[in-house]
Amino acid sequence: MSSQPESFWAKKIEFIQSRRPSSGPGQEEWRKETLQPWLNQTGAKLAEKENSSGIKIKEIFSEEDLGGDLDERLGYPGSYPFTRGVYPNMYLGRPWTMRMFSGFGTPEDTNRRLKYLIRHGETGLSIAFDMPTLYGFDCNNSRAEGEVGKCGVNVTTLKDMEVIFKGIDLSKISTSMTINAPAAVLTAMYVAVGKKNGYEERTLAGTVQADILKEYIAQKEWMYPPEAHLRIIRDMMTYCTRKMPRWNYISISGYHIREAGSSAVQELAFTLADGFYYIDMGLKNGLSADEFAPRLSFFFNSSINFFEEIAKMRAARRIWATVLKEKYGATKSRTMLMRFHTQTSGYTLTWQQPLNNIIRTTIEAMAAVLGGTQSLHTNSYDEAWALPSDEAVKVALRTQQIIAEETGIPDTIDPLGGSYYLEWLTDKMEEEAYRYFDQIERLGGILEAIKKGYLQKEIAATSYRRQTRLESGEETMVGVNKYVEKGEQPINILRISKKAQSNQIARLNQVLSSRDSKKVDKCLADLERAMENDEENLMPFFIRAVESYCTLQEISDVGRKVFGGWKEPVIV
Amino acid sequence: MAVGKSQSLFKEKPIKILLAKPGIDGHDRGMFVLAKAFRDAGMDVLYAGLLPTPEEVIDTAVSEDVDVIALSLLNGAHLTVFKKISDLLKKRKIDDIALVGGGTIPDSDKPKLEKMGISGNYGPGTPLSTIIDHVTKRASEARLRKLGGR
Repeated sequence: MSSQPESFWAKKIEFIQSRRPSSGPGQEEWRKETLQPWLNQTGAKLAEKENSSGIKIKEIFSEEDLGGDLDERLGYPGSYPFTRGVYPNMYLGRPWTMRMFSGFGTPEDTNRRLKYLIRHGETGLSIAFDMPTLYGFDCNNSRAEGEVGKCGVNVTTLKDMEVIFKGIDLSKISTSMTINAPAAVLTAMYVAVGKKNGYEERTLAGTVQADILKEYIAQKEWMYPPEAHLRIIRDMMTYCTRKMPRWNYISISGYHIREAGSSAVQELAFTLADGFYYIDMGLKNGLSADEFAPRLSFFFNSSINFFEEIAKMRAARRIWATVLKEKYGATKSRTMLMRFHTQTSGYTLTWQQPLNNIIRTTIEAMAAVLGGTQSLHTNSYDEAWALPSDEAVKVALRTQQIIAEETGIPDTIDPLGGSYYLEWLTDKMEEEAYRYFDQIERLGGILEAIKKGYLQKEIAATSYRRQTRLESGEETMVGVNKYVEKGEQPINILRISKKAQSNQIARLNQVLSSRDSKKVDKCLADLERAMENDEENLMPFFIRAVESYCTLQEISDVGRKVFGGWKEPVIV
Repeated sequence: MAVGKSQSLFKEKPIKILLAKPGIDGHDRGMFVLAKAFRDAGMDVLYAGLLPTPEEVIDTAVSEDVDVIALSLLNGAHLTVFKKISDLLKKRKIDDIALVGGGTIPDSDKPKLEKMGISGNYGPGTPLSTIIDHVTKRASEARLRKLGGR
């Protein structure tokens, strides 16, 4: 399929291809004069390698693989196009933020875990919510039975948020909340908790994920049709742009796309395509790119193919800066620079021989640091089994501290910059990402591509291919399809007590009997009217509703009534 | 179960399997891999979509006349949620549909699930062939009961 010549993406592809050198006499000579005779003489073989993105990796890279002006496409740290990093001093000012994703059981359990991590040197909070919370169901809903507190902390009313953050100074630490469909409601709760504790909303620092596009692509946690969620995100964008200068209202996430089975290039391309959609949305609603793009942040996966991950992160920064400048007319550096959080890969963790996971996580964390991440979560070795134990999560945090303070890896900025292989791979991933942007545009844009199931099918195909390669032994997972041990001993894992649910229901009942039910009814009625009027910004209505102790599901149900639900396209 | 016998059992109508994630859980990567693998193995594959209630799972299984329901959860709620399905199947006196499970299920939970009639309960890293063999075995039992009952 040839590209439409007029598209922005096609022009970028052409440009990248134009700087590729046509021949490499040095490498050819080496192959002919040195490599081949040696292979002939020794009878040795040359293995063929490819990475998760299906990119064939040559046996050697040299200057001949880097055409064009390398300095121009690298820039220096803190300068366009930010390939080498977003800040001029990177980790020499301070290391990345060590932000461990935590949350389980009751708000009390999570409050204890957060304080435990702060005590051990964590520098930013990151909250995981349980499935009922992520889907907007209350803890006493029959569907929530057995699920409360299992995958994260349960939040049914503002009361729960008050407990989670009890005794934590919200003016000193920033909080990231992994919440999407109900993100605006949780932001409202955070504002309300802040207010109760004497922090004004403009001082609150943090991030909500709120990237609903990747929910339809990968994580599958939604309540309403895409258009309804996008409208709520729009409201949060415009509200927070004006009132909460330290609140990052969307964390555009590739993490889940990757965990759902995509390759590194697919993660890169689909995530940035989502990002461009949010830029278009802001522009359409009267914000300028320079006004709101600096508030968008990203979230990537760091998986096990070391150089591929580093190349992906460097390519991501370069593409974002280039497109913001050339396509969206951004003028300020701050608008073009892509800041991102990274989490090591959950999928690469094995159930078998779990201590090996410490090593995998270490390598992935190193890739994230060499890729220039702003914050990092390291997975715990027991997470293929369950949420992590205190002991396992401490090892994971210590892994980051060792990389930061013992290894010398962060002693100079972008130490791998200029590596022939890495720069070639960065260029290649960039080109492949532009091909996907072009394809997505042909399908009518990202929303159409999602509705057609195109992205979902691409991911499922990659994931199936990977599984078949594991089955055939073309790819190795140590302890799973090679070096397998029989009769492994189970490790101690964290179990969430059934009490989590009964405690939550007891607290909810207390809230229900002590709240002003007239006020609750009025807030919900007002919210319904506001939802019916697309001109209205919903944020103040959410804040009033949570402050009146409306439950998460009461608020979500108003949306279900007004907007309806969503059935995903069939892809199997 | 000998392969030949099961093959002849499914000659007219291949194994029909319904994949379901009956809890509040969007982790569908494994389900989609299995869907393709089962299809490649010649089975007729249905997917119950996201967040079906236990009633919806059983209704679909009955109306589509499936041999096997394959349940998957990665959210830790398998003991509660799988039980709802197994109880409902018993309540409706359905004995010609087999239940198999999988996900992040600790070893110590497996006997409890077996007691509910849910077998397999495979975790991450299980070879597809192991799962396909197990489903074929359970489907054969279910099919024989279906045929015997007619």
